Amino acid sequence: MLVDFLFELRRHKLKVSTHEWQALMEALALGLHDSSLDGFYHLARAVCVKDITEYDAFDQAFLAYFKDVKADALALTRELEAWLTDPRLLAGLTDEQRRALQALDLDKLRQLFEQRLREQKERHDGGNRWIGTGGTSPFGNSGVNPSGIRVGGSGGGRSAMQVAEERRWKEYRKDVSLDVRQIDVALRGLRQLGRDGADEELDLDETVDETCKNAGDLELVYRPPRRNRVKVILLMDVGGSMDPHAELASRLFTAASRAGRFARFRSYYFHNCVYETVYEDAAFKKKVPVAELISHSDRDEKLVVLGDALMHPAELLDPGGAIYYYASNRTPGLEWLRRLAAHFRRAAWLNPEPDRYWGGTTVEVIASVFPMWQLTLEGLAGAVRYLVRGGARPAVPNPSNWVKLGLG
Amino acid sequence: MSFDQFSGTASYIASDELRHAVNVAVALARPLLVRGEPGTGKTLLAENVARALGLPLLRWHVKSTTKAKEGLYVYDTVARLHDSRFGDGDVKDIARYIRLGPLGLALAADHRVVLLIDEIDKADLEFPNDLLLELDAMRFRIDETGREVVAQERPIVIITSNNEKELPDAFLRRCVFHYIEFPGRELMQRIVRVHHPDLEDKVLDQALEVFYGLRATPKLRKRPTTSELIDWICALRKAGVDLGRVGGGIPFLGTLIKTEQDVELVGKRAKA
Ligand SMILES: Nc1ncnc2c1ncn2[C@@H]1O[C@H](COP(=O)(O)OP(=O)(O)OP(=O)(O)O)[C@@H](O)[C@H]1O
Ligand SMILES: [Mg+2]
Repeated sequence: MLVDFLFELRRHKLKVSTHEWQALMEALALGLHDSSLDGFYHLARAVCVKDITEYDAFDQAFLAYFKDVKADALALTRELEAWLTDPRLLAGLTDEQRRALQALDLDKLRQLFEQRLREQKERHDGGNRWIGTGGTSPFGNSGVNPSGIRVGGSGGGRSAMQVAEERRWKEYRKDVSLDVRQIDVALRGLRQLGRDGADEELDLDETVDETCKNAGDLELVYRPPRRNRVKVILLMDVGGSMDPHAELASRLFTAASRAGRFARFRSYYFHNCVYETVYEDAAFKKKVPVAELISHSDRDEKLVVLGDALMHPAELLDPGGAIYYYASNRTPGLEWLRRLAAHFRRAAWLNPEPDRYWGGTTVEVIASVFPMWQLTLEGLAGAVRYLVRGGARPAVPNPSNWVKLGLG
Repeated sequence: MSFDQFSGTASYIASDELRHAVNVAVALARPLLVRGEPGTGKTLLAENVARALGLPLLRWHVKSTTKAKEGLYVYDTVARLHDSRFGDGDVKDIARYIRLGPLGLALAADHRVVLLIDEIDKADLEFPNDLLLELDAMRFRIDETGREVVAQERPIVIITSNNEKELPDAFLRRCVFHYIEFPGRELMQRIVRVHHPDLEDKVLDQALEVFYGLRATPKLRKRPTTSELIDWICALRKAGVDLGRVGGGIPFLGTLIKTEQDVELVGKRAKA
């Protein structure tokens, strides 16, 4: 039945590998669970779960699996019996473990168990012992560890069950589309290597050649190291409708701004739509005129915009349409976006909003100016490919009449 | 060796869960990966595991340019070329130009050691994957000399990381993992006592009250951590400030809160 715990973990989307499961078995055989359910909780979590964002799923799996243990010990005997007799359930065990199990005397086991139950009734302590396996822990392979598992109460503090019931790791849970590592891996594609800069690296081949030419007198040759030549400008929409995506945006930023990733990395912020100024900081204090941004940037730099492209049509299309704007923007937002898109040889817009919601909104209009991808693993890979190698721009999904009208 | 070897030290306070995780990792001979907010004692843990078990500590502080192979050894070709040119020493003996890195030293040691791989997430993405083979087999080969280094006793490997979800799955599968939760009040009291043994109870209570209140401020960019609390209490004591007496703002706020925006935020809330 412990194998069922593995299935329970997997059912809660924890990617527990055989590697980890074996380690857990090994640990149980060594008695590292301290013969208590609390010990088992911490042991299993340390071995099987590698991220706090998954602690909550572990708690749920733990509760789902062990709540029956507490609530109905008799059912457990039956479950145990079924498990011991149904070979299909044993599929996940090693030969050694199977042999250890076969050596287990079922009658004796049941006897012991019923005795435990009687004890519990007599002691009126709410039952805090689970099954003793009669001298052979099913997972101890040499019978050295005759330990059963206690439920709860390892002396002081809260029991594992209580801890799991609290679901204290819930807020760390992240059932998200993209984590930093995935973004990192995708951004690695954004690379054009070349040798620039100072001579810092010993060129071994040249050194050998030159030394030979020099009749054996050492002649060291240095060269610039190979570096990524790609320069990136990241323009990020913050606040308002972007708030739900703030975490994802910060992950993209973390991955993109990693030291040494690009030859040059700059980031700017805007709110809702780009007008004549963007900002160096998310607090909107340091202004940078878009005209200046354009004139100070090489055409070959890659412009990446992150935003939901969702706004009132007037904010995009009308002069003076900016709602969060103090100065009157005489040039409509769309025109500023066009200028940016026109300046850079390759630009990409990443949209955290699912593309099925793009239809009939300003997203479509902007997607006709900027090649746009949804910010998913696939979308990001597509954008990276386009930025490096060019090729076809993605089609705007089912363009609506609204766009045609809106664009006039 | 028996289980339950590590139980913290006089200068390092470990929670039950952390102790358990260390002992599990030691018993299973697998690397222990620890994560947690900055200042939760991740780096300090390795030092204290070494001290508690009476083993030497080798530190490998990972930087963005660190390569996995450097941890094993570097072959100092330039020094050898130099020696051959200027005739210093025996250049035929390549072994003289092989310098073992921290991982190499840990595997070559003739006794058990504790190896700290600090801030593994700082290096290149594939860095952890490049360590898999050596961490699994606990052996490596020096190609230049043909020397095969095999660990006599598996070192205890403690790895720290600040970032979540950054490490490759293949690597994670081999580790025992523990997240150092930010200490609650009781644990924090004991941690502070390590650094300020003679602090009055009342003063400590007041300091913790302010500290945890500050940490609960919503939208804070960087919440103050253990090390900042310790520094702050240090500052308060040096200046002889009585927290019970001062009204209004928090004295020496700068030791607790480091960014301008956060200082502003805290200021606004204090006024409100
Ligand atoms: N459990 C503890 N017991 C005693 N002191 C502690 C403890 N935790 C933290 N400290 C104090 O906090 C300081 C910071 O600890 P340490 O450098 O190990 O943190 P860290 O988790 O490695 O942080 P970072 O992520 O910034 O590297 C220590 O020097 C020590 O003064
Ligand atoms: Mg550290």
